[in-house]
Amino acid sequence: MTSPFTPRDAVRCDRTITVIEPGARTTVQDLGRPGYAYLGVGRSGAADQRAFAMANRILGNAPGAAALETTLGGLAVRIDRGAWLCVTGPMVEVLRDGAAVGVRTAFYAPAASEVRIGLPPRGMRNYLAVRGGLDVPVVLGSTSTDTLGGIGAAAVTAGDVFGIGTAAVGDIAGVDVFPAADPPDVIELVVDRGPRADWFADDAWAMLLRTRYVASANSDRIGVRLDGPPLPRVIDAELPSEGLMQGAVQIPTVGTPVCFLADTPTTGGYPVLAVIRRTSLPDLAQTRPGQAVRFRAG
Amino acid sequence: MNRRFLPYGERAVLLELDSIDHVLGAYAAIQNDPPDGLEDVVPAALTLLMSFTDPEALSAALPALKEIDTTPRAAEHGELATIGVHYDGADLSEVAALTAMSIDEVISVHSGAEYTVAFHGFAPGFAYLIGLDDRLRVPRRPSPRTAVPAGSVAMTGGFTAVYPRRSPGGWQLVGHTDTPMWNEDRSSPALLGPGMRVRFEAL
Repeated sequence: MTSPFTPRDAVRCDRTITVIEPGARTTVQDLGRPGYAYLGVGRSGAADQRAFAMANRILGNAPGAAALETTLGGLAVRIDRGAWLCVTGPMVEVLRDGAAVGVRTAFYAPAASEVRIGLPPRGMRNYLAVRGGLDVPVVLGSTSTDTLGGIGAAAVTAGDVFGIGTAAVGDIAGVDVFPAADPPDVIELVVDRGPRADWFADDAWAMLLRTRYVASANSDRIGVRLDGPPLPRVIDAELPSEGLMQGAVQIPTVGTPVCFLADTPTTGGYPVLAVIRRTSLPDLAQTRPGQAVRFRAG
Repeated sequence: MNRRFLPYGERAVLLELDSIDHVLGAYAAIQNDPPDGLEDVVPAALTLLMSFTDPEALSAALPALKEIDTTPRAAEHGELATIGVHYDGADLSEVAALTAMSIDEVISVHSGAEYTVAFHGFAPGFAYLIGLDDRLRVPRRPSPRTAVPAGSVAMTGGFTAVYPRRSPGGWQLVGHTDTPMWNEDRSSPALLGPGMRVRFEAL
């Protein structure tokens, strides 16, 4: 990965955001990097595209304006000269100089103010967007950090300085609060059949649909691993590597599903039993370790 | 000829063929005449994954895809890249022992062949090259290295490859190249693309 942002990178912007605390894992994300899978470069992009899009819509930004994606909160930033900001994703405490400002709504952060995102009680990922977007280097058409492929900037660390860009194209949304639901107790993912359903016993598909899985702690932007009863295979041969994409539900030899999220590898060598619909990927992105997960046929 | 279209969710399809030569034939045909709404294509050992922007684009493209020409393209059609190699890899003597050849023979056989880029995987710019002489068929290392240096020239099974960047890896290392395999400042960041021809030149 290229080096983190430095004050040198942001010097050409007259307004900046400085990271005080990065939280557990914060990265720069946008719409992603389609079109390069043939070179081994995955799509990446904001894991929860719905929440990411909402942040830019509220701020009147271009749809692909770069924003920060947090994992279980903890991000604190200082605004040097005043800017409009918005936090989306699950409900979470957002403080501006210690006073709550709320989520899914635009707020103004004056010069030298500090903005903090707490730990969301539900869900995994919040987005902090700024009116104008973050001015960060574009690699292969995207500003996204691909944690698997090592494309884009390294994860955010304390002291990183981001320039504020010029991606504002419209007005700030004229409502107080955008309606949006928090993640439910049981995450429901809509799936279609994958290419290797015939590698499993006849009832494997039915079993996938009736099992209540539990999201493993061993989950990240690459994929969400699920714990549950192993799905029985009928073909034990080794699968020659084949293409993978976001939403693929791969069943490794241990028999429990891996649901590929944003930073999916472009190829894999285990059979894909099902594929999660794009409309369910934001729910997958907000699935917290220990949470119950069900699959529903599309 | 086996040609199966396997469902891959709402907006993608996996085309399964008999050989990597047919996959590269189909890949070339897709490149020459990409269907509307095609977003990503991933050629692999026996399959070609094609994903579209939405389910409607996939449905519209499927009838033409069923007729896709998978005739293997003659190898000489691919663009040729020559990569200079210092044959000084950490596993060179191990490879010589495994193949019952001298180190000089290993170098001469590896640099004497012409390879074809089959597909990318594992990491950005990691190209699986086919055309490796059967005498050089060696297993992976029993335990992968945690950090293989960028530019390492390696092989395993029927494949040879150059690690584009420092990464973990279990292939046997026979040398290294100073030629950059991946450069994000280029419009096409990977030096090698599927279907290209490659020769290694001993330096």
